[in-house]
This record gives sequence, structure tokens and C-alpha cells, in this order.
Amino acid sequence: MRRTFYILLRNPLSLLGLVLIAAVVLSAILADFVTPFPSHAGAVVDFAHFNQPPGWPYIMGTDLVGRDLFTRIIYAYRISLILGVVVLAIAVPIGVTIGLFAGYLGGWVEYLLMRLTDVFLSIPPLVLAMSMMGVLEPTLTNGMIAVTAMWWPWYTRLVYNLTRSEKEEGYVLAAEVIGASKLHVIFREILPNCVPSILTKMTLDLGFVILIASSLSFLGLGVQPPTPDLGSMVADGAKYLPDSWWLTVFPGLAILVAVFGFNLVGDALREILGADQ
Amino acid sequence: MTQPLLALRNVSKIFRLANREVRAVENVTFDVREGECLAGVGESGSGKSTIANMILGISPPTLGEIVFRGQPLPAKRNLSHRRAIQLVQQNPLSALNPKRSVGASLRLALDVHSIGERSHRDQRVEQLLEEVGLSADLRRRSPAALSGGQRQRVAIARALACQSELVVLDEPTSALDVLVQARVLRLLDELRRKRGLTYIFITHDLSVVRNIAGRVAVFEKGRLVEIGETERLFPNPDHPYTRRLIGAVPVVTADEAALRDRLMEEQDAGA
Amino acid sequence: MSETTLRIRDLRLGFMGYTGLVEVLHGISLHIRPGERVALVGESGSGKSVTARIVLGLLQSLRSAQISGLVEFEGRDLERLPDHERHALRGTRMSMIFQDPTSSLNPVYPIGTQFQEVLRRGAPGISADEARSLAATALRGVAIPEPERVLESYPFQLSGGMNQRVMIAMALANEPSLLIADEPGTALDVTVQAQTLRLMRELVEKHRTAVLFISHNLGVVREFADRVYVIYKGRIVEQGSASALFAEPRHPYTRALMSAVPRITGGGIPEIEDASADYFAPIEVHEGFAEPAA
Repeated sequence: MRRTFYILLRNPLSLLGLVLIAAVVLSAILADFVTPFPSHAGAVVDFAHFNQPPGWPYIMGTDLVGRDLFTRIIYAYRISLILGVVVLAIAVPIGVTIGLFAGYLGGWVEYLLMRLTDVFLSIPPLVLAMSMMGVLEPTLTNGMIAVTAMWWPWYTRLVYNLTRSEKEEGYVLAAEVIGASKLHVIFREILPNCVPSILTKMTLDLGFVILIASSLSFLGLGVQPPTPDLGSMVADGAKYLPDSWWLTVFPGLAILVAVFGFNLVGDALREILGADQ
Repeated sequence: MTQPLLALRNVSKIFRLANREVRAVENVTFDVREGECLAGVGESGSGKSTIANMILGISPPTLGEIVFRGQPLPAKRNLSHRRAIQLVQQNPLSALNPKRSVGASLRLALDVHSIGERSHRDQRVEQLLEEVGLSADLRRRSPAALSGGQRQRVAIARALACQSELVVLDEPTSALDVLVQARVLRLLDELRRKRGLTYIFITHDLSVVRNIAGRVAVFEKGRLVEIGETERLFPNPDHPYTRRLIGAVPVVTADEAALRDRLMEEQDAGA
Repeated sequence: MSETTLRIRDLRLGFMGYTGLVEVLHGISLHIRPGERVALVGESGSGKSVTARIVLGLLQSLRSAQISGLVEFEGRDLERLPDHERHALRGTRMSMIFQDPTSSLNPVYPIGTQFQEVLRRGAPGISADEARSLAATALRGVAIPEPERVLESYPFQLSGGMNQRVMIAMALANEPSLLIADEPGTALDVTVQAQTLRLMRELVEKHRTAVLFISHNLGVVREFADRVYVIYKGRIVEQGSASALFAEPRHPYTRALMSAVPRITGGGIPEIEDASADYFAPIEVHEGFAEPAA
């Protein structure tokens, strides 16, 4: 673990990624303290200062009802990260468990589970999320449910492949010959060997979940006003390009920074841990 | 006559592939006597590993039966079967879970078979490590931090942990350096005598067989071609395949070269 | 001196790691004359395989590798050669065969295509038909009875022994002056290994190829090599003719190795004492087998 961290710090790209992630995460956690106008994250209007270009004290400008864009972006980071963490917290255990069972048990269990996974994998992710959101009310919670539903199969496939190859290793045979139960072999022998790949994928995914959630909001299917959301901000501001360019550009850059940061670190982790993807 | 510890009776293993049948093991019958070290030798395709797998319960025989202490062994083994017959594999690196400490791998055997009080099991792990010539504080290390010889000793300790009666050793020293191999062979021999274990020692290395096994069974293409006392068989093998195998071993001393040359002459004369 | 095919003098190798420089070779010296069969014997971690890779120039691309010392091939200092010239030597004047034949051959190309590639390196303008007939002749030379069928096949369709012979044929196709063999036959069955080694010996005698034979198996070395160097933890500890060394091993490490090999004539399991401190004793050079003076 320590060695991994040391290597991450040495490589300039992954160091950049770490810095970006740290900036995003810390500012999201400490949003109440680092933003100049915390109340602007909610339903506040200040028509005296609406639609202002970047300057002082609104360093990224204001939106059409006068709220500070920088503040809203930081709070939007908080929402996105929460979304990402919750989605992964649910999707990963489900996906990993299905993959483990399908890979180790084989037979009809494997067949059933993997065909089910294939069904979910065959639907374009955004389409699946969109159709779910079309049925459910557009709220943050439902957004999370929709994204989770499309996310777990990727972990299943990753872990299924890993399990199938680990299954042939000597230590699995040794555990079986000793008489360990199937559950033990799956969770205490094979799963620990899948963890590096899972962690790498989770890091990369955090960036992608933010992107997908932003896409959903961009289409009007995510969180609703006045909750700040990067995708909605980009969508709303797009109508006013190129005059009020800051309304779109800064939220867009914010998405870029977050996704880029997670990608850099995730790529570096993949190389270090030699994870399969 | 006392009953053998293990007996294979007309055992065959037939794999049915898309368009043909592969007879990996063909009608093999032999006994394993309690306390002996029986070597199983053969080249690739001889079926020796398949036989080991069947004895261990990894894959069931297609025909025939395997009898342990007078009782036929079922295809699906229960815990007491598992406890009685254990395995030491060829590759010690892959035989130990890289993500678990060496002590955890040893404890697994104790936990699965509920050997001793739970609170004493860590102590038992340390005793096992010492019994195979390793220091007790290796318990916390991961397999990657150990040398090949040390790992193989851990694997041997694991086979001893369940207090098994029969240990199948599948090329246990083939992946080890020459000096390390000598020490591990010595350890195996001492443990067998001390604990009254029975070994089925599978290898392709006939010079190892000559010095560690009391009896040897020679396999070729799934069939048992010869079985007998090592002392008798080596200077005077009956079967031409055995002669060829012994003759092909690269030797280090002039005496061995003389034996080999004699066998090759007999081979040519007989042919 | 241009008499020796390969001359290594005081070769040192270290790897830069996180904890600092790890030294692997501490000044190896050896030489091989044309047509000689020289073995480099040691256990794993002794440095024998990296020595071979340095001769071929396969290790120099690693940034963390630090190499010093002389490596001279047919009178030319290899470290001073420009990369493209060094690359031109590989497969033509010097070639290598590896431990596991099936995994050393490219699985997605048939043998014929791979053979052609090898022949092209030695004779760039060669036509496909010429290459094919040369390849078939070469395969017949390694006792492969149906060369045409083998040329059409993929490596996974052939047995390990067959692939090993194909590799030997390919390695000798361009008549190299030096063949490096890294544990050849270790992955093969013992009867197949015996056959393969016999074949190799005949071929290198016929072509007068010098051989650097890397092995941990003393028995194989005794049968194959004219001269032997024993390497322990990056140092040569004993050198001499094969017959002298096996009849009278002098260095404590060599003696330990010899006594550790079980005998087919019996005698019990060898008893090895842990005398590793003695293994650092100075080098034992059998009379008449010292390195030639610079």
C-alpha cells in the first residue's frame, strides 16, 4: 500500500491527478468554509447582481438569478461525489458478488447469472438510465437508483473473468483439498485477489459516475432546481453562449477537472497493480 | 496380510471430447501400504497426475474404485476424507494465497477441521512452522516474502496440519534449486518416519525416486507398466520403458554413467 | 584477440531500485573459443540468465540496469557498437534458444512464416520458395520426418519436443558462430530432453558453433559441455574442463552442488550442511583453464 502511494507521488501525471482529486474532494467536504456565499447553493435570488461576468467578489461570475457560480460549483461537487459514493457503495457489492458466484460455481448458476448480466450490459447505459428516469420522478435519489442499475454489470464482468482465472490457481486447489467450504473459497481466498482490480475500477468510475450524472441532469432527468448540479448548469447556460460564456464554461471545466483527476489516478493504479480491466 | 491403506482397483479415467475419447488412465490397479513412500513416475501423458487427482477427490474415476482403509471413497468427499488425504503441490508460489499471510493459510486447515481449541490454534501454527524447520515469526509474512524452499516447507506444514495419514506429493521439489531440494527431501523423509505418514510421491526425477521411495510404480500412457521395490527395480528393471526412463536421466558420476550404459545396452540387445 | 568467439571480462550488473543499487553480477569473466561448448552452472538468482541476456543486448534497454565491463564478440566490443549493428548480430551471428519452446514461439504465426522471418534476417533478399526449401532442409536436420506438415502448423499443434527441435533449427539456420542456450529442455520430459541434447550436440559439432549453455542441472552439463564455469551469487567460483571439474570439484559450493544431486545408483538422500559462508571462498581455477590474458 505504501509502495503504491510512493509510486503515485513520483509519477508527474498521477501526482497531478492526486492534486486534482484532493482539490475536488476537500472543497466538497469543506464547502461551507471555502465558498464565499454558501447560501447561494440554495434558493436565493439577488437580482442586483445577476448575470455578472467573472470578477470580484464573484470569481466565476453569477448566474441568471444572481447566485455566485463558484459557490454553486463547489456544492455541485458535493452532490456529485455523494452520488458517486452511494452508487458505488451499492453497485460494487452486488456486481462483485454476482461475478464471484458465477465464476466459481459454474454450471447453471453461471449461465443464469451471466445471461442476466449480458441483458443489462447490452442496453446502452445512458438509455437505460434515461428510461428509468422517464418512469420515476426526477430526483437525486432516483437518479442514484438509475445509475446504480446500469453500473453493477461492469463489476460482474470484471470479477467473473478474474474468478475464472484465479480458480485454477494452486491456492484454490489447496483450500478445496483441505475441505474449506465454497463460501470460504469465494470470499476469503478468491475475493482478496480481485481487490486491486476492483479498487482501480472504482477510482476510474468515480469520475465516470460524475459524468453520467451530469449527462442525466443535462437532459433534465437528474436533480431539480434549486439543487446545484454541474450538468444542469451546463444545460441552462448553453442557451446564453457566447455572451454569458461563464455560465457554461466553468461548470464544464469543473466536470473536466474531476473526471480527469480520477482518470489519471485510476490509470496509474491500473499500471501499478497490473489490474485487468 | 494387513490391508493396504489405499487401493486402486481397475481405475480408469476417460475424457469424452467433441469427436473422440481420451483415456488418460487405463485400468490401473495397485496398493499403497501404510507407512511407505510409493513413487509414481512417468512422463507427460502418463496419467500420474490424473491418478493423483482421483485419489485426492478432485475428479472422480470413470471406472473402477478407490478404497481407503477398506472403504470405497465416494466422488464427493466429506470432511473426514479430506482430513485423511492431503496434497503438496509442485509450485509453492501459486499454492499459497498471495493475499493471506503464511500463518493464515496454515490456520485454515486447523479451523476447517476444528483441530484444538480456537485460542490455541495460533500457537499450533507456530509449532507447525518449527516442525518444518522454519522460525515461528514467519507466521505473519506473506508468501512473496519467502524463498522457494521456505514456501514449500510451509506447504508441507499445511499438509501436516490436518494430521492426515496419506500425503500425495506432486513433484514437490521439481521447482526448487538443487541444494534446497536436498534439504526439503531430507525433511520429507524425516517427517514420514517420525509421524508414520504414507507418501505417494509423484515425480519425473528418477534419481530422487531411487533415494526416497521404497517402492516405485511406472506409468506410461495411462497404464501401469511396472511396480516393485526400488532396490530391485533400479539395477534391473523388467519393462523396456522403465529401462528407457532410467537411461535418459542425466547423471553426475561415473558409476551412474556405467549403470546407464549397461541398461542401454540391454535395451538395444533386447530390441 | 580475434581467436575467441566470446570474451567477457569483469562484467558487473546492478539494478537501481527504490532502496538503492542492487548488485547482481560482481565481475564475471569467461571466454568461449570457436566450436567450444561452455556451460555456466548455477542456481536461481546466481546471475547466469542475466549474463546471457547482456551478451545478446537484451538487458541494456532497461533504464534501471547499470552495466560495466567488457563483452567482446569475435573481437568487437559489443557495448561500443551502435544499436542497429548490435541488433543485426542477433539471429544471424549469435542466437538464443529458451527454456520453454512452445511459449517462445509466436502462437499466431505458423512455423513456416516464423522460419522465413529468421532466414530473411540472414539473407534479406531470399524468396519465399527458397526460404521454404531451406527451412524444410533445416527441419530434416533436426530429425523432423515431415517438415512440410510442420511448416504449415502452429506451435500449439506440435509437441514440446517438436517445438524445441524447431527452435534449434531456427537458431542454427543462419549459421551463427555463437549459440546461447538458456536451460534448454528443462520443460521437456526426460526422454525427450535426452534426445534433444544429443541432437544439439551433433549439430553444433557439425556446424562448429560455439555454445554458451546455461543450466542448473549438473547431469545435463556433464554430458554436454567441454568446459564449465560455476557461478554463485554473481561470482564465478570455479572453472575448468568438464571432466576435471566433475572428477575433482574443489570449491565448497561446487562440492555442495555435486553432493546435493541424488544418485541413481542409490546412497540415500544427500546431507547438505548449511555452509553458505564457505561459498564465498575465492575462485578455484583448474590448471590450464584460466582466462586468457588481455
